Amino acid sequence: MIPEKYLTNPRVLRINTLIPIVLMSAMVGVQTVTENGKWVIDQRLAGIAVAVVALLLKAPYFVVMVSAALTSALLYRL
Amino acid sequence: MSRVNRATATQSFGVSFTVGLYGTAFGAASIAAGFSVLQTCLLSLLTFSGASQFAVAGIMGAGGTAISAIATASLLGTRNMLYALRMAPLLRVTGIKKVIAAHITIDESTGVAISQEKLGTQAMKQGFWLTGFGVYTFWNSFTLLGALGAQAMGNPSAWGLDAAVPAAFLGLLWPNLTNNFERVLAVSALVMAVVLSPVLSAGLPIISTVVLAVVFGWKARI
Repeated sequence: MIPEKYLTNPRVLRINTLIPIVLMSAMVGVQTVTENGKWVIDQRLAGIAVAVVALLLKAPYFVVMVSAALTSALLYRL
Repeated sequence: MSRVNRATATQSFGVSFTVGLYGTAFGAASIAAGFSVLQTCLLSLLTFSGASQFAVAGIMGAGGTAISAIATASLLGTRNMLYALRMAPLLRVTGIKKVIAAHITIDESTGVAISQEKLGTQAMKQGFWLTGFGVYTFWNSFTLLGALGAQAMGNPSAWGLDAAVPAAFLGLLWPNLTNNFERVLAVSALVMAVVLSPVLSAGLPIISTVVLAVVFGWKARI
């Protein structure tokens, strides 16, 4: 197993907390504006924009998700 | 068996239910990514690691390879190793109990356990086990519900599921961005992954952002 000395090194701890941040941010980006490796701007971007507003307004998690979905679905159907 | 401290039990339940509710988002995301209901439930039952599960669904859904999905999920799971370090001396479990304890060692069970510190080690242990099992039960039940609901949809885009999945990730990410340093890092990672998408095969742009975590983490003042 990985030696404890390595696991508790402050730099490693720091990097370890940053890993979820970069991976999640990257996934948000890729899933919003790409499709099969190409850049695509579509209804999803509007949905995410609404999600950002909801988050800034400190809305509950489900409101964030549902508002994003509704926005995107509406634009898709128009 | 001693009586469970009421405050500990209440906190465990509250955390378990709230976190479990997120399971619906994963269930739906997984179906949108092309997994079956059974596969979705197995993912939740066997891996039981929220961010990692979303990663697998997100990357496979975007057309990524299984290898990059697993690599991403593993990296997201590394923090659980640190929790295990903290919890092991407290729990002192062996054999099959150790395996079970390891499976339910996540942010929430560790978090609740540590917040019971003032009430003593017995409460801490109770907090850990109650929350661990609580989240496990709710997470898996809601995963099933989410998966069944998504499957009934037909075209995911018509229901906005293609925006709901990244919105789910964003919602998980947002509270973790506590200062400008982390916000700048998040935006950088987002831009880097998007820019690299036409250049690298699916899944790789996301994993490659780990470089940013290393660079930013290395230079940061502690």
